[in-house]
Amino acid sequence: MPKIKLSEYATTTIKEVCASFNHNEGELINVLHQVQHKLGYLPAEVQELVAIELNIPVAKVYGVVTFYSFFTMLPQGENPISVCMGTACYVRGAEQVLDEFRRQLKIDVGETSADGKFSLNALRCVGACGLAPVVMVGDRVHGRVSPSDVKKILAECKDGCLTHN
Amino acid sequence: MMNTIQLKIDNKELEVPKGTTILDAAKRNGIHIPTLCHMKLHDMNIENKPGGCRVCVVDVKGRRNLAPACVTEAENGMEIDTHSMRVINARRTLTELIISDHPFECLTCAKSGNCELQQLAHDMGIREIHFEGDKSTYRKDTSPAIIRDPDKCIMCRRCEMMCNKIQTVGVLSAINRGFMAVVSPPFEENLDHSVCTYCGQCVAVCPTGALTEVDHTPAVIRALSDPTKTVIVQTAPAVRAALGEEFGLEPGTLVTGKMAAALRRLGFHFVFDTDFAADLTIMEEGTELLDRLQRHLNGDQTVKLPILTSCCPAWVKFFEHQFPTMIDIPSSAKSPQQMFGAIAKTYFAQKQNINRNDLVVVSIMPCLAKKYECSREEFSHDGNPDVDFALSTRELAALIKLANIDFHALPDEDFDHPLGESTGAGVIFGTTGGVIEAAVRTAYELQTGKTLQRINFEELRGMEGIRDATIDFDGLPIRIGIAHGLGNARQLLEDIKSGKSHYHAIEIMSCPGGCIGGGGQPYHHSNSEILKARQKALYSEDEAKTLRKSHENPYIIKLYEEFLGKPMSHKAHQLLHTGYFDRSTTFVEED
Ligand code: SF4
Ligand code: SF4
Ligand code: SF4
Ligand code: FES
Repeated sequence: MPKIKLSEYATTTIKEVCASFNHNEGELINVLHQVQHKLGYLPAEVQELVAIELNIPVAKVYGVVTFYSFFTMLPQGENPISVCMGTACYVRGAEQVLDEFRRQLKIDVGETSADGKFSLNALRCVGACGLAPVVMVGDRVHGRVSPSDVKKILAECKDGCLTHN
Repeated sequence: MMNTIQLKIDNKELEVPKGTTILDAAKRNGIHIPTLCHMKLHDMNIENKPGGCRVCVVDVKGRRNLAPACVTEAENGMEIDTHSMRVINARRTLTELIISDHPFECLTCAKSGNCELQQLAHDMGIREIHFEGDKSTYRKDTSPAIIRDPDKCIMCRRCEMMCNKIQTVGVLSAINRGFMAVVSPPFEENLDHSVCTYCGQCVAVCPTGALTEVDHTPAVIRALSDPTKTVIVQTAPAVRAALGEEFGLEPGTLVTGKMAAALRRLGFHFVFDTDFAADLTIMEEGTELLDRLQRHLNGDQTVKLPILTSCCPAWVKFFEHQFPTMIDIPSSAKSPQQMFGAIAKTYFAQKQNINRNDLVVVSIMPCLAKKYECSREEFSHDGNPDVDFALSTRELAALIKLANIDFHALPDEDFDHPLGESTGAGVIFGTTGGVIEAAVRTAYELQTGKTLQRINFEELRGMEGIRDATIDFDGLPIRIGIAHGLGNARQLLEDIKSGKSHYHAIEIMSCPGGCIGGGGQPYHHSNSEILKARQKALYSEDEAKTLRKSHENPYIIKLYEEFLGKPMSHKAHQLLHTGYFDRSTTFVEED
């Protein structure tokens, strides 16, 4: 009998979220959204329980989690950095910005730094094309970022100017 | 008429019912439109139409864009050209695009010759790929029965439809997006970590080599060329009704005699029949049914009814995962394949005076789950499995061709004794409704002590997904349920759980149609008529037999006299019965 381990907090959170959507499988995306908001990320165990609560195959849940780049299965750093790779950002050099983050943080896209401070992601268009290239740190938006701004953005985070609870 | 519409396809005036797709309208009138992702088993409620590949596009007069025929409804007055140069051009480009992300492995691919993409490339006359792009590089996944090679996946999602909608197992789902999109078990784990039942229905519909069976042929060839081994073979009932298709015979042609002859030419020392073991299954399962029934009638509260058949290993794995609270309801009788193995490696080995380690039991099965079943630990003895290898019907056909045996020129030969004799009851095991009909024939006579007036139970036959009937056991009404396809099985089980249905006995087969539609059978390429023809063939073989009730099989009677004692005896329990495991997932608190 395969056993899945999950903390009590995660279990209750997932159950509550699913209940608040009446265990409606049509609300899968919203459920995942909220669960990720509360737990930070969506590891396999969490998806297993969401599947049971909504009475759908876990393969479906995993399908949705991998379809939307917004969802993540890995714990995010204290400062989740997302670089928009939408067309507008891309043509204005988002890739170089992303490369600079990778170089300075010594992590790849989808990874979290060893001290848990930073994680790095590439997003599809976030809808702020006027500010391209766009970098988001948590909820904070940085516009017209060039590779030379990267150092400053990271330093700001370290100074703790970004509030996180 | 209100409910029909008129349209023109390739200048032919046609009338079709409202709501018909362009593809169906064309098909009904003998006009071929190529397809790839679309698949449909008519009358069986099985259809996949994601409208994704666009290979089926046609020119609709007055429309700017080409329309995909499989998802576009035919409308009154439409004028359609299915093969205009514009259409042909588009189809060729689309085909090229699909191939540009496909490995060129046709030389070694198990699907070669049966691959719908290969066929399409051939039909479209593709000679060169003008697009250069990345090719996906996924890891291959090998399980006891099925191999996934996601690089060959073209995202038609037929497997996903079978696994989710028809079987309601839900192992396979589309993941990722764009170029990275592929169909996969959850968390990209291997199939054998999942709740997969190995029913093989995904393999049966996959148009390419992305899903294929684990090939036991090399191991069988090795055994056959080893002079120290005695190699025996058993053939499942559904195989004889389908094998001929691989040699160009009409679907539904029975090739029992030629099959036995071919196996002998291949060098098997004894050619036996799983139908014999099917008769044995009926003896055990029928007795178990009557025993439970008797105790139930005597007011024994501990006895569980209905009794569920247990001869389909995919069904067994399904309820082990999905209905763990019900694992004491199915009959404890092993499947015919495993009963055969258990008897062969004891009774037969002793008779022949051979050590079980020098006896190799090969089975020919319409089924991929049987490959998994024979690998289950409880079916081996000191590491030596009761059944060593299970070849699919397709693999047997390939082996016959490999050995250069002229199948058509073979004489009809009989099976060997003692494990080759069977009754008509054993034969119909291969179709939905057959197992329970066989059980009824025997249970009736054992229960009532009377001879059946009619042997055919038409009320148990058919292709409907869920059927039921009440059979009069001389004043005692016995309610019987039948389901084929795991989605239907789930439905039936839910109804029992909720107290909505009350049956005494239920037959369940995982594959649509039963084993005749098994995952190891010649590909039906979406033609449900083939399944119906195979079904008919089995009933006609039954009809042609003198002995049609399992308990009349003289070799079964002898087996009990010489070896087992009586049904459900201690020895029978040891060899012919088994137990089930709770394979469901549970949550525990993290420490
Ligand atoms: S073998 Fe059956 S259960 Fe397993 S993935 Fe295929 S369709 Fe699903
Ligand atoms: S594995 Fe086969 S059936 Fe499934 S989506 Fe891919 S090509 Fe289609
Ligand atoms: S129905 Fe027959 S072919 Fe299909 S999984 Fe069950 S035993 Fe195998
Ligand atoms: S066959 Fe119609 S879109 Fe694929």
